[in-house]
Amino acid sequence: MTTVTTQAGPGRAPDPERTAAVRALLRGADARRRRTDKTMTALMWGAFVLAMVPLASVAWTVVANGMHQFDGYFLTHSMRGVFGGMDAGGIYHAIIGTLLITLGAAAISVPIGLLTAIYLVEYGRGALARWVTFFVDVMTGIPSIVAGLFAYALFAVFFGPGVRMGVVGSVALSVLMIPVVVRSCEEMLRLVPNELREAAYALGVPKWLTVIKVVLRTSVAGITTGVMLSVARVIGETAPLLITVGVVDSINFNLFEGRMMTLPVYVYRQYSQGLVPCNDALDAVCIPSINYDRAWAAALALILIVMLLNLVGRLVTRWFAPKTLR
Amino acid sequence: MTSTASTAPDPTPPGGPVADEPRPSRGTGARRRAGVGDRGANRAFRWTATGAGALILAVLAAVALFLVIRAWPALTAGGAELGETISWFPEDASILSFVGPLIFGTLLAAALALLLATPVAIGIALFISHYAPRRLASGLGYVVDLLAAIPSVVYGLWGSLVLPPVVIPVWGWLADTFGWFPLFAGPASPTGRVLLTVGLVLAVMILPIITAVSREVFLQTPGLHEEAALALGATRWEMIRTAVLPFGRSGVISAAMLGLGRALGETMAVLMILSPGLLYSFKILQAGQQQTIAANIAANFPEANPMGVSTLIATGLALFVITLLVNMAARAIVARRKDFSGAN
Repeated sequence: MTTVTTQAGPGRAPDPERTAAVRALLRGADARRRRTDKTMTALMWGAFVLAMVPLASVAWTVVANGMHQFDGYFLTHSMRGVFGGMDAGGIYHAIIGTLLITLGAAAISVPIGLLTAIYLVEYGRGALARWVTFFVDVMTGIPSIVAGLFAYALFAVFFGPGVRMGVVGSVALSVLMIPVVVRSCEEMLRLVPNELREAAYALGVPKWLTVIKVVLRTSVAGITTGVMLSVARVIGETAPLLITVGVVDSINFNLFEGRMMTLPVYVYRQYSQGLVPCNDALDAVCIPSINYDRAWAAALALILIVMLLNLVGRLVTRWFAPKTLR
Repeated sequence: MTSTASTAPDPTPPGGPVADEPRPSRGTGARRRAGVGDRGANRAFRWTATGAGALILAVLAAVALFLVIRAWPALTAGGAELGETISWFPEDASILSFVGPLIFGTLLAAALALLLATPVAIGIALFISHYAPRRLASGLGYVVDLLAAIPSVVYGLWGSLVLPPVVIPVWGWLADTFGWFPLFAGPASPTGRVLLTVGLVLAVMILPIITAVSREVFLQTPGLHEEAALALGATRWEMIRTAVLPFGRSGVISAAMLGLGRALGETMAVLMILSPGLLYSFKILQAGQQQTIAANIAANFPEANPMGVSTLIATGLALFVITLLVNMAARAIVARRKDFSGAN
């Protein structure tokens, strides 16, 4: 501001009155602008804090409500023969089902997803590659329930209506999982420096061997992370499993026969059974809210699994990434 | 398809092991042509990879195809026949008049979620990209992403057991104060199992994706634009308004549409919270007014007879088409920004 006034007349001394006027003018205009700026800053902070409220609330309620039911017994017992307000039953069968079905989904989607990523990065040119890229993105937006309906419709054509098998759920989940695997693997393969490929070619290594021995080996940490994160994404899916795999109270190890229970569906099932009427005075161990308690505890187990997958997935990159990727 | 077809009939140059043209840079210009090396394992590997890519397109086509096949009986049956065979099918309705309110409810719930989530998401994205201390920024982004890691059934549990006691007084106040506005027409439901609660939970669920995509776009604002704005004496907010927001507008729009796609297809939260009804109703504070397609499928599918399943798959087909259109529009907008690849 002082420069403005001094430049006004090189020969004259700065006019204190004018300086004050200019300063007042700038300040006066500034006050409103600065207030807006402050308000907006506060709003941005507020938005972030606002988003943290549900996160903290969900985390807190799940831990607080799920803690007292969550123990070794709960993890190692199924719901077979459990009824009413009995203080019994657990999620063993649901954990088995979730693990098997998710493994099945991974077994379907990882080869397809990885090969598609290799195609896009190493071979993809022209129209097909553009279409694949576009529709992989579109596929990430398929509603999970539609994926479930698709898997059901596919198997109903071959096995007749009313089919309920673990593998149907695997197919439904893999529809959701493939695009995620493709995107993350593609990103990782693109990180591999081109010089490595060129060095392999210069040594006379054929392209397919270069891809397998050089490109994949360099990016194996990133790919592992991507796969784990995609597993974490589908392991919490409920709706497709609810309509393709159904619900059951006993343990089922067979993906290809009969209904299976899964953790998210277990949470929903316990929730929808609601409060238990406990009017029997003789029954000493009837807990009215036992279904809700089990739902919260199973939700806690589910969240722990998802968080563990996320955490390990990220640590894998940090620990095993080649130095060039840092 | 053209790319692979063009390489196949290439005359194989005699000799010269890998002496094809140099690769200037990945992704552009001449690639390593399928020359002498394109035999045996090499060709098999290339075709396997290409096949996997084509399989993706086939899967998407198969989704549409099988849904149509299974939905066909319901689509061709008359309303009277559907009403007779399906217990929950409304009297004197056709398949169209059945799916109409469901589509309406789905769109209304998703619109509410979008309305609630977008401003907050933009705020968070700006906060992370331009306000938060540099060192914290990526960590804060990760914290927001944690919201996406929570399974939807847990949100449903939270939204139906924890949220209602908190929101019921607020909804009651809304109905009392703004009851003249059609959306908030009272009396507010005493259970809290209304569409506005659903919209709130859906908003929390789509917050991470909108935030992530917007943040990526905001971070791409050219530094020179920002510095130019600051040099002209702009405050930080004025810099954001004049440089960052105009640059990121299309990105934010597509982010919001991606969020919309998620909200449209969300099942469990709606299923567990909403008390359903099949009306064209804007009363988002009253129970038993609306229902969404996804929640309706999940609620009725396990006990449905073959015709019921077919009807539900027909509604699922409608949902598939709607989300496909929304997602394709969003992705097309994203794809137009060439160097932007942070979506999802």
